[in-house]
Amino acid sequence: MIVSRRTAIAALMAALPVAALAQASDYSIVPERVADGIWMIHGADAPILRENGGAIANIVIIDTPTGTVLVDSGPSLRYGRALKAAAERLTGKPVVRVYITHLHPDHGMGIAAFDPAIVAALPQTIGDLQRDGQGFSDALYRLLGDWMRGTDLVLPALRIGSDFEDFGGRRIGLIALAGHSAADLALLDEQTGTLIGGDLLFNRRAPSTPTADLDVWRASLDRLRTLPHKAVIPGHGPFDPGGVTAIAQTRDWIDWLETTMTQAVASGLDMVEAGQLPIPARFAEMAAARYELQRSVSHLYPAIEARMLPRVDIPNP
Amino acid sequence: MRRSVLGVVALVAAAGSVAGAAPYPPDPLQSPMWTAHAETIFGDDPVRFDPRVKVTYPEIAENQRAFPVALDARNIPDVKRMVIFADLNPIPIAVDYSPTAAQAYIATRIKLDQRTPVRGAVQLMTGEWLVGGGWVDAAGGGCSAPPISRVKGDWAQHLGEIRGEGWPMAAQSSGPPLSRLRVSFRHPMDTGLVANIATYHIEEIVVKSAVGAVLGEMALWASVSEDPALTIMPNAAVGDRLTVVGRDTNGREYTAKIAIAAQSPMPLALAQ
Repeated sequence: MIVSRRTAIAALMAALPVAALAQASDYSIVPERVADGIWMIHGADAPILRENGGAIANIVIIDTPTGTVLVDSGPSLRYGRALKAAAERLTGKPVVRVYITHLHPDHGMGIAAFDPAIVAALPQTIGDLQRDGQGFSDALYRLLGDWMRGTDLVLPALRIGSDFEDFGGRRIGLIALAGHSAADLALLDEQTGTLIGGDLLFNRRAPSTPTADLDVWRASLDRLRTLPHKAVIPGHGPFDPGGVTAIAQTRDWIDWLETTMTQAVASGLDMVEAGQLPIPARFAEMAAARYELQRSVSHLYPAIEARMLPRVDIPNP
Repeated sequence: MRRSVLGVVALVAAAGSVAGAAPYPPDPLQSPMWTAHAETIFGDDPVRFDPRVKVTYPEIAENQRAFPVALDARNIPDVKRMVIFADLNPIPIAVDYSPTAAQAYIATRIKLDQRTPVRGAVQLMTGEWLVGGGWVDAAGGGCSAPPISRVKGDWAQHLGEIRGEGWPMAAQSSGPPLSRLRVSFRHPMDTGLVANIATYHIEEIVVKSAVGAVLGEMALWASVSEDPALTIMPNAAVGDRLTVVGRDTNGREYTAKIAIAAQSPMPLALAQ
């Protein structure tokens, strides 16, 4: 089925004019230096679209004495290859470790470009990828077409079991959390106090909730707030040099989301109407806010309805 | 699924060649199924596209098993029938609703089997049909994926559980008092397109007043989502106790009593 879909896409691409083909060229990888030996590649603050090739997640490059460390790998084989080349050019050292923060495909499908033996993730993330990875892959092929060419699901071989890893003196803390998904890895570069939040943290880009547990997410945000950090690299959105804004804004959004949807159910709104509710002015700077609100309605609304609407059935005579 | 759609096309084409296609207006969505569905749903009745037929849905089909759709024709007088359908679904029609003593409004969730036009059609007392809608992109498989309760295996334990609530709507200067009624049924709504599970869905829902007068009634097909959820606006006042009766394709009946409680819908500004 997948083979036939790819064949169909290939046939479709062959029929397209050359200008359209040129669009599916290569990713532009622009590392921006955010701390001593740390660069962030800022993903597009947008939904996954052909225009951005699915490169919407932030990716981190860390220069350590023993080699280059990456956090997340992008959506596709093509991205992973471009990332590897750009990172090794930047540091002059081979990639020795790739961390995958959680199961979502905009962060993890790029590991197809790396030796699985150097790719590490939380055990739960590896299990979730085993279960959902092929479905994610199919979804990205549908959305991105040629950008995905050659990308196959690869599972990280290293199961994270300790709370730090030492790269020749540069220690990176590994914090196992959850809430955005069933397992979310946050990382803390101890030398610079840079906190890499994965998708537990969004900055000026609305959080997404397809696998979220909002209570658990809140607990993880509390934990992140107390970590000794100076700055934050969020999973999506710009670098947060103060280290406070992204955590506070993510918390604000998920609290607002839950309160608003609960009130919407209590007030008799249907899902369509809930997705059209006004978004408060304080979230005006958030990219993709309406899009993520409507996605979240789809993810969360039925369970809130099942919890709040009373049982009204009566036994038939 | 593809075979069955082609089958329908072939049948319709054959029928069309005999009966001669009715002169339907050209489809602004340019759907390959427009004429076929128009013949089935509208027959010889006059049809036109009308922007007052408001079909609203999210900008993304996040879940192809449950895509929210609202059909609002409250700006159009004398609506007697409202149909929600998706041209390229193997089961095109989702609901066919008669707002007998209710506002011309219905919202529900439907399955999407692929990228498709999603439409609302309302029929006036004169017999004329007015149509609106748009294309919706979807990953597909909504009609041919097993219901979640089938996968979990707990559908039978919850079959027939009904949840619902009624809210009074802002008073009008004239006319009957209005309410907003939300009701959802636990039901697998099996399409018959998933291996070895026969079609099994709620096929009829009637909403009645305390004295048994029909306020609204609808036919439903398996393209309505699992655990169907409905929002309608029957003529009812605070304190009225409505009866909702559903029946599925196995003949099983489901009954609920829902009071219109003294509470007011959330003003949209509250979300701020």
